[in-house]
Amino acid sequence: MKRLLSTFAVAGAFGLCAVSAQAAKLDQVKSKGFIQCGVSQGLPGFSTPDDKGNWTGLDVDFCRAVAAAVFNDPTKVKFTPLSAKDRFTALQSGDIDILSRNTTWTITRDTSLGLNFTGVTYYDGQGFMIRKDKKVNSALELSGASVCTQTGTTTEQNLADYFRANNMTYEVIAFATNDEVVKAYDAGRCDVLTTDRSGLAGERLKLTNPDDHVVLPEIISKEPLGPVVAHGDDQWFDIVKWVLFAQINAEELGVTSKNVDEQQKSATNPEIKRLLGTEGKFGEGMGIGNDWAYQIVKSIGNYGEMYDRNVGPATPLKLERGANALWTKGGQQYGMPIR
Amino acid sequence: MSLTFDDGTFIRTEMVAPMPPPRRQVGVIGWMRENLFSSIPNTILTLVGLGLVLLIVPPLIRFMFIDAIWTGQNREACLGPEAGACWPFIKAKFGQLIYGFYPIDQRWRPDVVFATGAILLVPLLVLSWPFKRLNAFLFFVIYPIVAFILLTGGNINLQAFLFEHFGLLHSVFGHVHVAGVNLVFWADYVLTALIVVAAIGGVIGLIGGDGRAAARSTMWVFFAFGLLVVAWDIDFGLPYVETRQWGGLLVTLVIAVTGIVASLPLGILLALGRRSQMPVVRLLSVVFIEFWRGVPLITVLFFATYMLPLFLPQGSNPDGLLRALVGVALFSAAYMAEVIRGGLQAIPKGQYEGAMAMGLTWSQMMRLIILPQALTLVIPGIVNSFISLFKDTTLVLIVSIFDFLGQLRASFTDPNWASPVTLYTGFAFAGVVYFLFCFGMSRYSLFVERRLNTSHRH
Repeated sequence: MKRLLSTFAVAGAFGLCAVSAQAAKLDQVKSKGFIQCGVSQGLPGFSTPDDKGNWTGLDVDFCRAVAAAVFNDPTKVKFTPLSAKDRFTALQSGDIDILSRNTTWTITRDTSLGLNFTGVTYYDGQGFMIRKDKKVNSALELSGASVCTQTGTTTEQNLADYFRANNMTYEVIAFATNDEVVKAYDAGRCDVLTTDRSGLAGERLKLTNPDDHVVLPEIISKEPLGPVVAHGDDQWFDIVKWVLFAQINAEELGVTSKNVDEQQKSATNPEIKRLLGTEGKFGEGMGIGNDWAYQIVKSIGNYGEMYDRNVGPATPLKLERGANALWTKGGQQYGMPIR
Repeated sequence: MSLTFDDGTFIRTEMVAPMPPPRRQVGVIGWMRENLFSSIPNTILTLVGLGLVLLIVPPLIRFMFIDAIWTGQNREACLGPEAGACWPFIKAKFGQLIYGFYPIDQRWRPDVVFATGAILLVPLLVLSWPFKRLNAFLFFVIYPIVAFILLTGGNINLQAFLFEHFGLLHSVFGHVHVAGVNLVFWADYVLTALIVVAAIGGVIGLIGGDGRAAARSTMWVFFAFGLLVVAWDIDFGLPYVETRQWGGLLVTLVIAVTGIVASLPLGILLALGRRSQMPVVRLLSVVFIEFWRGVPLITVLFFATYMLPLFLPQGSNPDGLLRALVGVALFSAAYMAEVIRGGLQAIPKGQYEGAMAMGLTWSQMMRLIILPQALTLVIPGIVNSFISLFKDTTLVLIVSIFDFLGQLRASFTDPNWASPVTLYTGFAFAGVVYFLFCFGMSRYSLFVERRLNTSHRH
């Protein structure tokens, strides 16, 4: 078996370098045989190594879905765990092909960093957690409360904005790391814990008595989290974008990983036929197989399955669909039509 | 007349058996009086110390052993108000903490590397055992090559040496592989070697030097380097495991050992260079040392990992771990150089003059007289650098290499094991592991110091 540890030992030592021309991202990915995907260094439900050392989570599964679409094989992906600081640099330098790391879509990031957001895999927002015995039912009753949060994050800024807009006073108790924040809240050093709602669900598991705490209904910020690709390759941008749309479309049409084989053979609904590639040639337009969506749903499942497996009510995180439900069910997930 | 002293006084004829010393002066009580309660400040310090021990140790033992949970499948086991350390968490993540994401069926390879390393290292450390030269050769030359082949899988993809870059041989031979060895590459290599050897021999000979000797030594360089590369090129049938999959203690040790082994010789060279009489060598050494001491390690690692690819041409992307390794080695070499320079400065001038009077050359003087004394003097400083290097390896987390601590932190985020005690358990375990390594190094350095330093004791 031959491999690309490359000529560094030899050519590098003698100062010789092979120069190859810049190729399209899809061709690069195909020739190296896998997708390099940047994920978080550990975020419950989004990307975390399990006991066997496999990466699991929503962000991780999304990258596998892209691999399924490109290679018909969800295992052809390699993960680079990245910190918040180095994630964009890694994408810009071409070290990774996709960044799927709970990254909030903002105008600054989308326009001035040379990046493209391809969609929203999870609509998050900042929320509050408080002890049940405080008998608080709404964030608007929090005036005068002490709030635990992490320093130097947008969380702190959102908090200040929200309390000022509602003419409430508060005292902020900030810590450098998330673990310290949780420990301080658990020890009763502050009344309220604030971070993204998905984060709250994860932090709750670390509390001594998780059932004594309640998450307030208010969401005080918009945190649409989505995958990101680098500027300069529209074909690759299209593929990553449509992988997510395909998953949402599959859920809208009731196509799951369990019934996808049967649907591919016997479905009469033209929308399903177009999705699964038995009608039309939509994969070709992106440079991948026409059964791309079939491969995604077969190996990773539709959006709902992916959600339930990683963060849904049956997991320790117990996150309800909420804003992430389909648009037909009161949520915001809306798959652009495949036709 | 006889003189008698019989005036009724008693005269002892034998010595009185000594009284036992007062009970308060001997035994446990005496020791305590002397060492713990000899003065008022000492007494206060003793009581404060005792109080601290009582404050810390019993709860620690309670947490780590008495209240600890020893079995369980997931977080459910470690919940509850009275739960102590959650050891099943460590058990479940143990493989990852040691090997990172190394494929489970291939983990015997790091095992072999660990075991061989230990087998070769122990006789090297025990000063009285024989065969030091052979042992050092095995450990410092053969072992890294074997370890590299075992850990990565060897069989690197050699593409081009010199001529092949211009496509000269490919068109004639095509690509021929035998047992994973790229024959075209080696034809290229031999051809290049011959040309370079002939050129060097010719040029040296023309300007009046010993052309033959120059050609011979160049040939040896090519030969040794060729042996090294051919070992990497052979296909041993081991599946390739890329360095991204390495992690845990494996990465910590790889970085620390490489850093330690590379920084000592480099540091000696730099220290000698800095004290050299030759202005260019001295200037270069000073610039190198001051540059690396002037930038933080985090900056070095970040630059090596994310900025370097922007400057290098597409396709020649050195491995991420290798980049970090080079950064760490150069960084610690600069610090080591200063430690060793301290030792060199402590050697009295008479030693240099004596050596010169004996007619020794500069390298003999350094090798036989100066360095052995200087290095012995700065053993504490050297080991200090080693220990801080060992702990600094955790910084590679910021360039997405999961060392022992990084792997542990990643494990904390597994929702299946999230519990109030998971964090404490993990850090307690990490503390014990780091302590064992650092304390081991520190004790060994004390031992060596005592062994080598006997003549200096007053």
